[in-house]
Amino acid sequence: MENRNTTRLFTGEIVVRAIKDSFFKLNPAILVKNPVIFIVGIGALMTSVVVLSDIFAGHFSAFNFQITLWLWFTVLFANFAEAIAEGRGKAQADSLRKSRTETKARRLVHNKEELVVATDLKKGDLVLCAAGDVIPADGDVIEGIASVDESAITGESAPVIRESGGDRCAVTGGTKVISDQVTIKVTSEPGNTFLDRMIALVESAKRQKTPNEIALIILLSGLTIIFLLVVVCMPAYFSYSLKASGISADHNLTLPVLIALLVCLIPTTIGGLLSAIGISGMDRLLRKNVIATSGKAIEAAGDTDVLLLDKTGTITLGNRMATDFIPAEGVTVEELADAAQLSSLSDETPEGRSIVVLAKEKFNIRGREVHQLQASFIPFSAQTRMSGVDFKTPDGKTHQIRKGATDSIRSFVQNNNGFFPQTILEVVSGLARLGATPLVVAEDNKVLGVIHLKDIVKGGIKQRFAELRKMGIKTVMITGDNALTAAAIAAEAGVDDFMAEATPEDKLRRIREEQASGHLVGMIGDGTNDAPALAQADVGLAMNTGTQAAREAGNMVDLDSNPTKLIEVVETGKQLLMTRGALTTFSIANDVAKYFAIIPAIATLLYVTSSGIAPLSVLNIMKLATPESAILSAVIFNALIIIALIPLALKGVKYRPISANRVLALNILIYGIGGVIIPFIGIKLIDMFVVFTHMV
Amino acid sequence: MNEMIQIVFFMVAFVALSPLLGKFMAKVFMGENHFMKPVLGWLERSVYRVSGIKSEEEMNWKTYTYGILLFNFSGMVFLFLLQMFHAYLPLNTEKLPNVSWHLSFNTAVSFVTNTNWQSYSGENTLSYLVQMIGLTVQNFVSAGTGVAVLLALVRGLTRKTTENLGNFWADMTRIVIYVLLPLSIVLTMLFVGQGAVQTFSHYARATTLQGTEQVIPLGPAASQSAIKQLGTNGGGFFNANAAHPFESPTPFTNFLGMLALLLISGGLVFTYGHYTNSRRQAWTIFITMFILFAAGLALSLWAEYGHNNVLNIAGNMEGKETRFGVANSVLYSVITTDASCGAVNCMHDSLSPLSGLVSMFNVMLGEIIFGGVGAGLYGMVIFVLLTVFIAGLMVGRTPEYLGKKVEAFEVKMAIFAVLAPSIVIKLFSAIACTVPAGLAGLNNSGPHGLSEILYAFSSAAGNNGSAFAGLNTNTVFYNLMLGFGMIIGRFGVIVPVMAIAGSMGRKKITPVSSGTFKTDNWLFVLLLLSVIIIVGGLTFFPPLALGPVVEHFLMNLGVTY
Repeated sequence: MENRNTTRLFTGEIVVRAIKDSFFKLNPAILVKNPVIFIVGIGALMTSVVVLSDIFAGHFSAFNFQITLWLWFTVLFANFAEAIAEGRGKAQADSLRKSRTETKARRLVHNKEELVVATDLKKGDLVLCAAGDVIPADGDVIEGIASVDESAITGESAPVIRESGGDRCAVTGGTKVISDQVTIKVTSEPGNTFLDRMIALVESAKRQKTPNEIALIILLSGLTIIFLLVVVCMPAYFSYSLKASGISADHNLTLPVLIALLVCLIPTTIGGLLSAIGISGMDRLLRKNVIATSGKAIEAAGDTDVLLLDKTGTITLGNRMATDFIPAEGVTVEELADAAQLSSLSDETPEGRSIVVLAKEKFNIRGREVHQLQASFIPFSAQTRMSGVDFKTPDGKTHQIRKGATDSIRSFVQNNNGFFPQTILEVVSGLARLGATPLVVAEDNKVLGVIHLKDIVKGGIKQRFAELRKMGIKTVMITGDNALTAAAIAAEAGVDDFMAEATPEDKLRRIREEQASGHLVGMIGDGTNDAPALAQADVGLAMNTGTQAAREAGNMVDLDSNPTKLIEVVETGKQLLMTRGALTTFSIANDVAKYFAIIPAIATLLYVTSSGIAPLSVLNIMKLATPESAILSAVIFNALIIIALIPLALKGVKYRPISANRVLALNILIYGIGGVIIPFIGIKLIDMFVVFTHMV
Repeated sequence: MNEMIQIVFFMVAFVALSPLLGKFMAKVFMGENHFMKPVLGWLERSVYRVSGIKSEEEMNWKTYTYGILLFNFSGMVFLFLLQMFHAYLPLNTEKLPNVSWHLSFNTAVSFVTNTNWQSYSGENTLSYLVQMIGLTVQNFVSAGTGVAVLLALVRGLTRKTTENLGNFWADMTRIVIYVLLPLSIVLTMLFVGQGAVQTFSHYARATTLQGTEQVIPLGPAASQSAIKQLGTNGGGFFNANAAHPFESPTPFTNFLGMLALLLISGGLVFTYGHYTNSRRQAWTIFITMFILFAAGLALSLWAEYGHNNVLNIAGNMEGKETRFGVANSVLYSVITTDASCGAVNCMHDSLSPLSGLVSMFNVMLGEIIFGGVGAGLYGMVIFVLLTVFIAGLMVGRTPEYLGKKVEAFEVKMAIFAVLAPSIVIKLFSAIACTVPAGLAGLNNSGPHGLSEILYAFSSAAGNNGSAFAGLNTNTVFYNLMLGFGMIIGRFGVIVPVMAIAGSMGRKKITPVSSGTFKTDNWLFVLLLLSVIIIVGGLTFFPPLALGPVVEHFLMNLGVTY
């Protein structure tokens, strides 16, 4: 999976395989899935028959031959676009497949081990995995704790902890136990493991067309039928016009010309690139280490307009940081900082470290020789809810410094016959109102002051939310904090709304409410109790570290287990839809120029005046050289534009976090107006080349 | 100059009056109180009582559509039989013979589908009875059908997760009683006041100065003339239609006629705005229609006033309404083709090639430039849905209109709705210009002959009803082809539109945000225009190039056929 994050679009290997696949895809059974290109294929076949029968009749038309050639190229180019998009997935599937080696499993039956092949494991079987074993199937740890190397799935080499109970119990088949031993209960049927599904997804073998894609194919087929109708009727109008111009009926439009006209008018560009766009959307997600269980989920991601985001990890850094020392009456701030620093020197929690850093930054208090102080550190425990240090001063007296929650320090001080000042209580409640966590520091029987521990909102997240708001997406912060704290952080981060003291049931209810009022909701979750909400949400992004239940319930899995990923998923969804829309618009806008290339070309015979002027030649605004060169140039342009747009289809249009209206204006300018103008230039240039090289 | 002032005056009157009528109609259709309720409420209630309509009973799209089809089909059969046997019925003052089966079929279909294609000439073919209880009745209810379909569609678009689209019978009753009837009575009075005829008398016979006897056809013309324009029907009482002095005696009646033609269709756009609770949505659609209307008019005027190299004159008067001049003739021709009316005050066959092209193109777009009463707007909504679907993706969301997702089913139905008239125009005219029966009717050769055939089938498919003439269509071939063309052009659109109404009604409404694709601004006007021109219009470019376009260039070269 090393190549998953590389940004190169094609490698030589993928291109070679794609070229081969483009020919395999000529199989009518495969081609018919893409109606527009299928029609081109039929057209190419028909002109081939014309060319061959001409050859047997003893004459050869270079024009017909070249039209035929380019029609086949059009089909092949469309196939190539699809093949190359699939190719990148296939390369990834291959590397995934390597990790799905035949493994033996130690199945527990009535507490006895028996060695079986991994594929024989059934849902509900118990398996023992010790250090060095490859986990044979997806499952939940029901006993023990182990570190597991999941790089086969995630590409991340650092091992992760898996333990029974709680939200870190899920293990994935194909990953490897590095230390300790666990008992696993198998949760998937053979052939339907996470890895299997992942391979199928990236290979696109089971790729279902998404609802919007189906709708678009219907539109494109409809347009194709309309143009088919035009072309089928052309010989009738033409024969009328020939008769009116006094020309014999033999000069009616030939089959190759009619098919050229048809192929130029039907939306081959978007028809050829549509599935490549869809596949590459999945692929872009995969590069972000997110696996969507269906393309539908990506579309839904683009539509999402409400995001439920967990506070911790998404909006704030996981840890609180010390930002201020507030001394008690009669204590200097340096004294407080000094005591706080001393008590935290060996405190390896992020909060502890942040106290040391702050003391150094503010008062230049450095580390000191703890041995001289004969200090012993008291780690935090859930019972005492305090941590601190006991040390001896040179005079041999033992001092105790403690820091912790208000109530715990109060009882600590009172037990030492001290008193807890009222002013400190006021400071503490003031900080709580700001959304901060106060940490009270005491030495023996004296309260020294309060450390201001703050939830640090991630840098740039406010900006990100502002962008989301511009795109019309509402952000809701989910937190277990009380309403006061939550409100303060929500305001600082710039989210639109928050849910304080939120339970999983609250989340589920909120999602249902938002959906009832017409919103599409995206959320991220990992715990088993998140599963109902993940299933209910339109986009449920489960973290890979989460439970099996959560992973089953969501329609996407984030292999990095990074809560910010939800925003990227939404952006990828939007980008996919934009690309589809932009290329559809481009394709349809292209038609204008093609009419002006072909119509004057086919009508040169008609109603020619006595002075030899063909009246419709006025419409030849591109001044294309001859009727043949005009038609051939249009067909060549039509084929080449597919190839030219493959990189765009694979990379997606440039994504900008701006309002819908501005995105639209910009895209219309580029793909709409550009779509009208570019073919005029392109066809003219090709025509000049065709004439220069005497192709016709 | 004087003519320009007339045109501007017409436009101002139209733009000013449309929102007012729109607001009134919104009140009528939403069942609210309005000033006509005390006047005509008794009539509405007694219609319900007599026919057993439960006006509050909501219908789903299938029931509603069934109502429409049943009602229209019965109307067709009745009208068919009425013509077949009118010789045996009263009010046949001129002892006109029974009408042939194919002409009866064509005329029955024509009036039921709001087309009013006339393969017959009224004064020589139909009795007063047929004109009154047959044609005039259909003039009302075919217009009503259009509005009813529109109402069902609008309800589907604006209501939230429901199957209920209103009650067809109640809608029909309200449209006829509160909108069409009062307006046509007022208009008839104005017409009669200006000198239009309204009588049951025998045709007048006069002896001319040369001593020959002249028969002057009369009849209840003013009332039919009023509704033919209000209901965008277009079937003239006399063959000369609105060019006949008994139908439109003065410049004032000409002006009123043109206003009546567009007014209800224009007003319905604002009614739509009331339903969607957004004036901006209404103005967006109105402006789009208006731009197409103004552009067509400008091109037509330019073509008519431009130099004609064949005749070596400018401002050709051939076939124009000589009493009102070129500008009023051209304005009428553009309006009547925009509005799917088909009433004419000049000979479209004699329009210069480009203004003929404009008339034809207006019809080919699917009669969506204000269009037929109701039909124009629901046709436009189809294009709006297509635009939303094609361009809407570019904002990074799956397409939605008025908060409702546009999905595969709606796209499929929209394609059917665009395809139905398109098939008729392209395929049927291709057949007609190939088979001897089709070519037999032609009076012109060269590109103009192709234009005549194209125009006839466009007119049928678009339910317009005007003709290029110059094509004798009272033949079995044309009566049948055009008849079926009209049926496909009408119901081939109505049924998909109703299906869209049904499926949209079931959807929930996504609230508007800054991520929403806006459908009420200038950018959308631009997009909608592009989709109409490229998807709706350009597909007709190949045949048009071989008809009016080549004819225009030939004319510039001084050549005719």
